[in-house]
Amino acid sequence: MMNGVTQVQDSPPRPAPLVETAPLLEMRGISQIFPGVKALDQVDIKLYPGQVTALIGENGAGKSTLVKILTGIYRPNEGEILVDGQPVVFSAAQAAIDAGVTAIHQETVLFDDLTVAENIFIGHAPRTRFGMIDWSAINKRSRDLLRALESDIDPTIRLRDLSIAQRHLVAIARALSVEARIVIMDEPTAALSRKEIDDLFRIIEGLKRQGKAILFISHKFDEVYEIAENFVVFRDGRAVGHGKLRDTSQHEIVRLMVGRDVKDVFPKTKVEIGAPVLQVQGFSHPTEFHNISFELRRGEILGIYGLIGAGRSELCQALFGVTRPSGGTLTLEGRPLQISSSGDAIRAGIVYVPEERGRHGLALPMPIFQNMSLPSLSRTSRGGFLKAANELALSRRYAERLDLRAAALSVPVGTLSGGNQQKVVIGKWLATQPKVIILDEPTKGIDIGSKAAVHGFISELASEGLSIIMVSSELPEILGMSDRVMVMREGLIAGMFGREQATAETLVRAATGNA
Amino acid sequence: MNEAVSTKRVIPDRLGNRTSRLLASWEVLLFGVAVLIFIFNALASPYFLNAWNLSDATFNFTEKAMIAFAMAMLVISGEIDLSVAAIIALASTAMGAAAQIGIGTPGLVAIGLGVGLGCGAVNGLLVSGLRLPSIVVTIGTMSLFRGISYIVLGDQAYGKYPESFAFFGQGYVAWVLSFEFVLFGVLAVLFAILLHATNFGRQVFVIGNNEFAARFSGIPVERVKFILFLLTGLMSGVAAVCLTSRLGSTRPSIAQGWELEVVTMVVLGGVSILGGAGTIGGVVIAAFVMGLVTFGLGLLNVPGIVMSIFVGLLLIITIAVPIIVRRIREMR
Ligand SMILES: Nc1ncnc2c1ncn2[C@@H]1O[C@H](COP(=O)(O)OP(=O)(O)OP(=O)(O)O)[C@@H](O)[C@H]1O
Ligand SMILES: [Mg+2]
Repeated sequence: MMNGVTQVQDSPPRPAPLVETAPLLEMRGISQIFPGVKALDQVDIKLYPGQVTALIGENGAGKSTLVKILTGIYRPNEGEILVDGQPVVFSAAQAAIDAGVTAIHQETVLFDDLTVAENIFIGHAPRTRFGMIDWSAINKRSRDLLRALESDIDPTIRLRDLSIAQRHLVAIARALSVEARIVIMDEPTAALSRKEIDDLFRIIEGLKRQGKAILFISHKFDEVYEIAENFVVFRDGRAVGHGKLRDTSQHEIVRLMVGRDVKDVFPKTKVEIGAPVLQVQGFSHPTEFHNISFELRRGEILGIYGLIGAGRSELCQALFGVTRPSGGTLTLEGRPLQISSSGDAIRAGIVYVPEERGRHGLALPMPIFQNMSLPSLSRTSRGGFLKAANELALSRRYAERLDLRAAALSVPVGTLSGGNQQKVVIGKWLATQPKVIILDEPTKGIDIGSKAAVHGFISELASEGLSIIMVSSELPEILGMSDRVMVMREGLIAGMFGREQATAETLVRAATGNA
Repeated sequence: MNEAVSTKRVIPDRLGNRTSRLLASWEVLLFGVAVLIFIFNALASPYFLNAWNLSDATFNFTEKAMIAFAMAMLVISGEIDLSVAAIIALASTAMGAAAQIGIGTPGLVAIGLGVGLGCGAVNGLLVSGLRLPSIVVTIGTMSLFRGISYIVLGDQAYGKYPESFAFFGQGYVAWVLSFEFVLFGVLAVLFAILLHATNFGRQVFVIGNNEFAARFSGIPVERVKFILFLLTGLMSGVAAVCLTSRLGSTRPSIAQGWELEVVTMVVLGGVSILGGAGTIGGVVIAAFVMGLVTFGLGLLNVPGIVMSIFVGLLLIITIAVPIIVRRIREMR
């Protein structure tokens, strides 16, 4: 038995209480079964007032399923939930809110056509004396909530005009707008950059002081160690260990969650950089970026770093032909290239793994293999007729390389866990065998073991001659994988660094503009 | 601590076996309903179980079903065409006018199909060219197309169609197999192949499930939608040829209200009105169900207005039932 870790065996004795204080929330023997998967198997978990408990586990381990049970979205097949020692039944989302549970979900569902304030207060809007919705109160409280997150988003604008990170802040504000004693955060930091994460952590510290119990889910260990006291590790739907983070090393936790050591998360191999493949000259957009020029060589990984709102995703989408630039030229392998739609880009061999997998990457109700094969249909089909066997074979190849966890290749992609959905998007685009791949936050929501697998695959493809543009807000990923790093700030190139010059310090300095 | 052996995980292609999946489908349920109605009709009327009566019964749905196949694809892509019945009126009027000046059968067919295609092109251009919502566009063109018929015809009717023109709506290919029924069968197979076995069909499903993702995957969304409107227009033209030939005359009120029956058939067939899901097989069965029901009600001498009440109820129920079932399952 490891130091400080209570290892739970197959038929666990009740784990001894970790702390003297009584838990605010307790789950006992919770199981949740889906067709083909036992998402949770006899799980026990306790949350204590004034403490953050980190829930850690591989993609598909059952973390989000637990969150959905705690918020009344799923009714577990067995087990009980106790709040303040009293059994409760969350028969619907409202029951969970009434019991004092609020959550930021991993895949946030917000309404594009409502205002920011309406999104924050939909379902629990404050009313005036006459029972009418109190608009001024809503707008004011929304502004206060967002201010606390150091954000000056105007509560009266419509959601569709916000960036992903801003939308995520709205989701956080929504969760915090409910008077709750138990706050659950399912990968709240996945879409945020360091600055917003710091703001969020300040808020979490405040919640702790108010005696709230917090469940925090993240794949990033530095964050977990920074904010949480306790941890619980899930593997394949079972709680395989818990304890105090202070007594447990990251190494031990990784072993618990993956069942083996993860040696190298950034297995970048030295690659012979070849001739220029893609040359971008004076690329401009009316509002998002201006006069961007760079070249990308064969086998090269070009990292693009910058703060949220620096115009990185917008640049990528313009290169891929989904938005139209206002000026600039592209040259692919020495020939001028005219791209007016994503179809043109794909035919030319330039593909894009989008940042928002649910919105831009996947048709969630359709089977995994049909999503995977979509941009490769011209190869898997014969004369315009589908060949399911080819599609399945192609999907299987990439699913195995990326360590996908799914009940079958024909289940709807929407039933996969968040990280596994992300693997499908990556596989879908790698399967097109492109010349240039643009990755926009490629490992968002992916666990540490799979991250190593994805990075290993990318390195291998680079050594075979694929050219890669990788946008990421994660400094270790940028530093670990890039041959060169381009830093963007407010739509302009703020610096270009070789692998040797690029350090956390130089990149952040260029990105923020603080000399 | 116990060394976890990481066994290689294999992902099967499919879950469960084919038969259990099939048995749980909407199509099988609907097929059961069709059989029940068939038995009910056979018990209710001594005239029902007669090959010629059954053959006659098919005319209740063949023309509508031809349009429903194309409409199913349109609805799966997330669009709708409410102008189909008005396209029939306009195409029939054009054929009538041409017949008056002595144009022969091949010319009439070409005109019928051509007007259908033209109307489909108008809808398609407005929806995918100008990116207008199809429900609004086609309610507009519905009034427009039928309005033109009324202006041309007033309270008149075109008669005088050439004799050979009668074959499409009244001819038989073999024994009790009418030309229309055979055409229905052939079109069902062609549309099933197009929707379920081709890359084009796959693109239709993706567009209906997530238009953004479709665009990001390089699918020419606008072009696919335009083609679907063309197809729906063309099938309305085909239906116009058959119906006009069967009736032998054209009034501006021809095929009045058919758009609702076609949409009902599509939804009854299990096509999601929200887009993204459905099968041609389901629509075929739904066509039989609706044909059997109207024929049965006819045998029982139920008046026409009751039939349209019935169609209305059927539409509401088939849209509501899946949604209610889903709610109940969620509450569980
Ligand atoms: N609605 C559903 N239908 C079928 N299977 C589901 C459904 N929801 C979740 N699952 C399955 O349950 C398992 C656990 O999924 P869950 O989303 O809880 O994982 P997770 O731990 O949150 O992973 P991630 O880190 O990727 O977010 C997965 O195998 C998933 O495929
Ligand atoms: Mg999750």
